[in-house]
Amino acid sequence: MELFKSNSKIAFMGSRKLWYAVSTILFVVSLVALFTRGLNLGVDFTGGVTVEAKFPGEAQPEVLRRGLEAAGFDDVQVQNFGSSRDVAIRLPPPEGKSADQVRSNIESVLRQVDANVVVSRLDVVGPQVGAELRNSAVISLIATLVLIFIYVFLRFHAWQLSLGAIVAAIHDPVIVLGFFALTGIVFDLSVVAALLAVIGYSLNDTVVVFDRIRERFEANKRMQPAEVLNQSVNQTLSRTIMTSLTTLIVVVVLLLLGGPVLQGFSAALVVGILIGTYSSIYIASAVALDAGLTAESLFPTRKKLAIDDMP
Amino acid sequence: MLEFARWKYILVAVVMVVATIFALPNVFGEDAALQVARKDRAAIADESRKSVEEYLRGQGVSFSRSYVDQGRLMLHFDAVPAQLKARDLVNENFKADYVTALSFASRAPDWLRKIGLRPMPLGLDLRGGLYLLYQVDIGGAVDQLLEVYEQDARRTLSQQNIPFSDVIRVTEGSERPNGLRVLLPAGADVGQVRGVLRRLWPDLTITSFQASSGPIVQLVLTAAQIKERQDYAISQNLTTLRNRVNELGVSEPVVQRQGLDRIAVQLPGVQNSAEVKDLLGKVATLEFRLVDTQNNVSEAVQRGRAPFGSKLYETRDGLPTLLKRDIIVTGDQLVDATTAATEQGPGVSVRLDASGGEEMLRATRTNLGKPMAVVFIEQRREEIEVAGEKVQRTIKEEKVINTATIQGVFSTNFQITGLGVNEARDLALLLRAGALAAPLFVIEERVVGPGLGKENIEKGTTALLIGMALLFVFMLVYYRTFGIVANIVLLANVILLAALLTVFKAALSLPGIAGIVLTVGMAVDANVLIYERIREEIRNGVTPQTAIAKGFEKAFSAIADSNITTLIAGIVLWALGTGAIRGFAVVLSLGIATSMFTSLLGSRALLTLMYGGARRPAKLSI
Repeated sequence: MELFKSNSKIAFMGSRKLWYAVSTILFVVSLVALFTRGLNLGVDFTGGVTVEAKFPGEAQPEVLRRGLEAAGFDDVQVQNFGSSRDVAIRLPPPEGKSADQVRSNIESVLRQVDANVVVSRLDVVGPQVGAELRNSAVISLIATLVLIFIYVFLRFHAWQLSLGAIVAAIHDPVIVLGFFALTGIVFDLSVVAALLAVIGYSLNDTVVVFDRIRERFEANKRMQPAEVLNQSVNQTLSRTIMTSLTTLIVVVVLLLLGGPVLQGFSAALVVGILIGTYSSIYIASAVALDAGLTAESLFPTRKKLAIDDMP
Repeated sequence: MLEFARWKYILVAVVMVVATIFALPNVFGEDAALQVARKDRAAIADESRKSVEEYLRGQGVSFSRSYVDQGRLMLHFDAVPAQLKARDLVNENFKADYVTALSFASRAPDWLRKIGLRPMPLGLDLRGGLYLLYQVDIGGAVDQLLEVYEQDARRTLSQQNIPFSDVIRVTEGSERPNGLRVLLPAGADVGQVRGVLRRLWPDLTITSFQASSGPIVQLVLTAAQIKERQDYAISQNLTTLRNRVNELGVSEPVVQRQGLDRIAVQLPGVQNSAEVKDLLGKVATLEFRLVDTQNNVSEAVQRGRAPFGSKLYETRDGLPTLLKRDIIVTGDQLVDATTAATEQGPGVSVRLDASGGEEMLRATRTNLGKPMAVVFIEQRREEIEVAGEKVQRTIKEEKVINTATIQGVFSTNFQITGLGVNEARDLALLLRAGALAAPLFVIEERVVGPGLGKENIEKGTTALLIGMALLFVFMLVYYRTFGIVANIVLLANVILLAALLTVFKAALSLPGIAGIVLTVGMAVDANVLIYERIREEIRNGVTPQTAIAKGFEKAFSAIADSNITTLIAGIVLWALGTGAIRGFAVVLSLGIATSMFTSLLGSRALLTLMYGGARRPAKLSI
């Protein structure tokens, strides 16, 4: 079975202006969402308290919220978590209260609502730890990008390809972040892990296309760059889509069956893989082309002369 | 044409056989189990094992398996009620000798356990339990050191009749006090004071200068000395916490240093955080004091107060003891304590620092043949209500843990004898563990209920199985015979990954399972790259055998390149992540390595077996 004709000749490079426009819109919307709405940071990053509780019957978030506010908690967030019987309660870092006090206070409010409630999870993260985790998340994102840039520079001697890879490597996580800002899905440590995996994954696709570009240029140095790039994207298209599909299959299963704890993580991966695949096909190579990639940039003149000089 | 070296076949076969054995312990599931350990942490002998077993049988509690593992008796049960009943019975009947812990134990056959293979440990999010992150107040450790120095300076100068106005702590180029100043009256002999202090602390930098009030001698701890003190405080705290955690009777606890000044504690199965934190957070120190032999203890008890110069204490068993008020040496001066075999039987070897040694020398020289006591002091934080406000206050508990006769004159190194084997070990532990502990406070706390843990495992495993099943069908439909090969290779990849995780004893967390699921999806990639190349080669008109060989050859650079980018992300995550995220990073990185192995070598081996050598197929089912 084949999803794509082996000799697909889609004019990816020809339509690149359109895709630049699409990407620019996505990117700008993401940035605007990030700066205006911001991320719904989990307690991992803000510090604070998260309680997950299971009720024997339908949970009533609104009743709980009022109960907690009456008990002296401010800024209480209560929402259903996974099912109508489960709730997640989020509170800002408790001031002047020990974790145990918070725990017993919350438990007593929950018990008033329903005596048979089970507290299935309780996290108390100090504000200091939250700030540190936030820092290390930012550092790990930057470190990953920098290391990948270095790798791309060393691997593809042409700076045009490096630029294409870097544009894609920034494009993808920003749009995933935008998705989180727009949907308000809780952004916690596991989402950062997913985001890094997305950066690595998206480049993986891009690198395979670039590998092919180099191979095509080497085989035919006289061909127009646009045509070489188009050929390369077409020739690797089947693989790009296949790999994305296989990964998407498992990640979607994870999103549907992995439970609420993994929801943010799986959602980041699903969006990231879709965006990463798109950018590998439509954006990375196109940027390299517009940056002026030619056979010359990959295989500098000395080699070319040697061929020309042959009788 | 399409060939594969024999040694590569052998390599693939051996790796897969070994991996399968290593991964094997994970498939048997778990029984509810009871862990019985001796209170003194000695190994459980056969007789004691039999007595526990027979007692349980006599009470009508049946267990499916029992064995001694790492000195502890493990009893397996078919159901939780039997497990709970057994725990209650053992706790009741063997209270004095054993501590019990409820746990889960692998159903894997004995031979796997005997060759050291155990299932991969489950993270707290999968088995439920308590996670605590402690901040060690390392500044407090330095403060305590300075306090000792200050006392030493005052005492030494007074003993030598050197006049001084005051000894104060100073802050020199640092945020917290890091040195001492001895303020001297005008016209004092600075050289003499410096000499005395230098003899007291040969390692410290001593300077002096003139102030309006008179000369000042100053000593400041170097950054290295502060660091050393802080490291010492943290490693002491680690030992303390480990020992205390052991006393909790929790199965498979984890206590580890995290970063510069943090200690992470993981207690599987524990739900009651208040009780545990109370026990772990106690601050303890030691003192060596002479026993007051001139006065009568019972008289002092009757009068309700100790005679002048003495203080009334209690032993751990509640017996009153009179000790001299003057402290010979405190735990801060203790460097190390280990168990030792002496001529008088088991004992504890104690090593003191230089100033402690000097004090001890003086005390033993004048008190030969008299008894000396070791006092264990514990500080606990307690919350009380004062006028409606909750206030934290510190409670001090002092107990005599050991009294022994001074057998000879000694200084920095000496032995405490007259103890039983286990008593000696406990004392050494207490001395080491309790010698010093900088204050600890909890900065992060996570509790996962056992129900949620179970639910997480179920969800993770279901997602993995269904994800794999869908992939198998997809690959089969898309690549036909080659799809079968890809699926076998994929399965091999999961086995290999499980084997590596088992060998590394990496705790499996929910993100870890997610990592395995993701790895499964991504591992197919290498096969896809190879197969797409093979298809291309076939379209170019080469023979099937050449197509396979060329497919592998040409796909290699793309496979290597693309995996490196993911590996970079994995390594960064590992370096900067903590806990469960680290688990994900480990799985992701290992998964990349195993998928390279299985797809480049494993699938090559299979395909060469199927199509290689003299077979020369005319057509490939791809």
